[in-house]
Amino acid sequence: MSYILEVRDLTQIYSAGTPFERMALDHVNLQVKKGEILGIIGHTGSGKSTLIQHLNGLLKPTLGEILLDGKSIWNEKGKCDKNTRFRVGLVFQYPEYQLFEETIAKDIAFGPSNMELSQGEIDERVREAMKFVGLDESMRDISPFALSGGQKRRVAIAGIIAMRPDVLVLDEPTAGLDPAGRDELFEQILQYHKETGATILFVTHSMEDAARMSDRMLVMNHAKIMLLGTPKEVFSHTDEIIQAGLDIPEITKVMLELSKRGFNVDTSVFTVEDAIKAINAYKEGKSC
Amino acid sequence: MLKDITLGQFFPGNSIVHRTDPRVKIVLVIGMIAALLLASGVFSYALMAVYLLLVIFVSKVHFKMVVRGLRPVLMIVVITAILNLFYTPGDIIWQWGFLHITKQGIYAAVEMVVRIMLLIIGTSMLTYTTSPIDLTEGLERLMSPLKKIHIPVHELAMVMSIALRFIPTLIEETEKIISAQKARGADFETGSVLKRAKAMVPILVPLFISSIRRAEELATAMECRLYRGDVGRTRMKQLRICSDDYISISVSAVIFTVVIVLGRFGL
Repeated sequence: MSYILEVRDLTQIYSAGTPFERMALDHVNLQVKKGEILGIIGHTGSGKSTLIQHLNGLLKPTLGEILLDGKSIWNEKGKCDKNTRFRVGLVFQYPEYQLFEETIAKDIAFGPSNMELSQGEIDERVREAMKFVGLDESMRDISPFALSGGQKRRVAIAGIIAMRPDVLVLDEPTAGLDPAGRDELFEQILQYHKETGATILFVTHSMEDAARMSDRMLVMNHAKIMLLGTPKEVFSHTDEIIQAGLDIPEITKVMLELSKRGFNVDTSVFTVEDAIKAINAYKEGKSC
Repeated sequence: MLKDITLGQFFPGNSIVHRTDPRVKIVLVIGMIAALLLASGVFSYALMAVYLLLVIFVSKVHFKMVVRGLRPVLMIVVITAILNLFYTPGDIIWQWGFLHITKQGIYAAVEMVVRIMLLIIGTSMLTYTTSPIDLTEGLERLMSPLKKIHIPVHELAMVMSIALRFIPTLIEETEKIISAQKARGADFETGSVLKRAKAMVPILVPLFISSIRRAEELATAMECRLYRGDVGRTRMKQLRICSDDYISISVSAVIFTVVIVLGRFGL
């Protein structure tokens, strides 16, 4: 298995040497497999936003290094390889506030034109990116400021997708969207994943979303990685998750409550379907 | 880069400097400026420096922060020093072409540097130890006689406190936008002046838009709380002069008087 991204011993200290000194990341080690979907969960201030800003070289590590395809993104001269930003596309929280162009198409083209591509190639990418996020071709020349909040966010995400990043990192992509908008956006991200084989990392506050979307989950707490594994592995540590002050999916709570009341069911489930299976398995186990 | 701006930054504390009434502090800063302008000679400046060191020490504001606050005016200080050094007439002690340095020039340069630095330190101590709310309230109360000649003192004070309140917010916002555009490959550091100016557009447009949005939200929030300006407005915390203030006033007044007297004699 090849790793597309490797984080080695990454440490970040903010405002070093002042009374405001704060350790945002504490010797973090992480390997991201090519083509996987990794959900990142953690408290506000647990270091997850800092971590993802390291992945495309926006922040410079105090200690440690980040490898993209086995090569460090920072060279010996302390400069970040320019292509890192294009290969690791980072969608910030509330990305709709970064829009600035007169038309949707021009705004989406900002990233690709910074890559110094030909005009034909840029147009092609803008069209493709708009399709991925479900914006109609006819909207090309509308001002992005005439759109609704949800549509603005799509434009902003399309602006990153148009760079065709190998790794797409999204910081709370669905924050502030209604449930329908959230599902639709996740669906489009999955579609992008399926069609391009891109690696996806996303930060979320919702355990449910993380559980149903990701191949692996990363739980961060106090600037460190607390848990890393498949959702099933992670949810077998429900006690630790609750102790860290994080929520667990509602259905997992139901199963925990059942086991507390003396029903010996599998408590590491996180979808309703699995819960039904687990309860049925318990019933069968009892009858024979 | 943007984090270096300390203007209007408040360091909470509970020292006598913090507790002194904002009106008193504003008047004392004006007094300090007057004393600095009337000072001349080593002793008067030294005494002023000692006074400011005392204020810094008592207020427990980190010395590093004070020094950091000086950084933005460094260029002004350097240019003033150079101008004074070369353009003051008097006894020439060094000459090269049209450039000449005089004894008086050296004195004038050193004096200006010391004066500007003390001025900046003194005024920044006011903002370091006074919360923006206290500061504007103090200003409003001090200027309230101007209401008689129909100057909208309350509105001006409100504008100022809102501006101060939003400086850190806007800095944070700007940093966020810069990062977001960098993530899209924007380059702000290289290229010609024109190219770099153009590169500011992706920062400025979102920044203006979000500022206007914030202003709208704030206006709505203020109206929801029935804000309608000065008329009939009462205060939760009334400003009152108490013993701390008398200590601050007397210590400062004595020092300022001595500085001015020393200055008169050119000491």
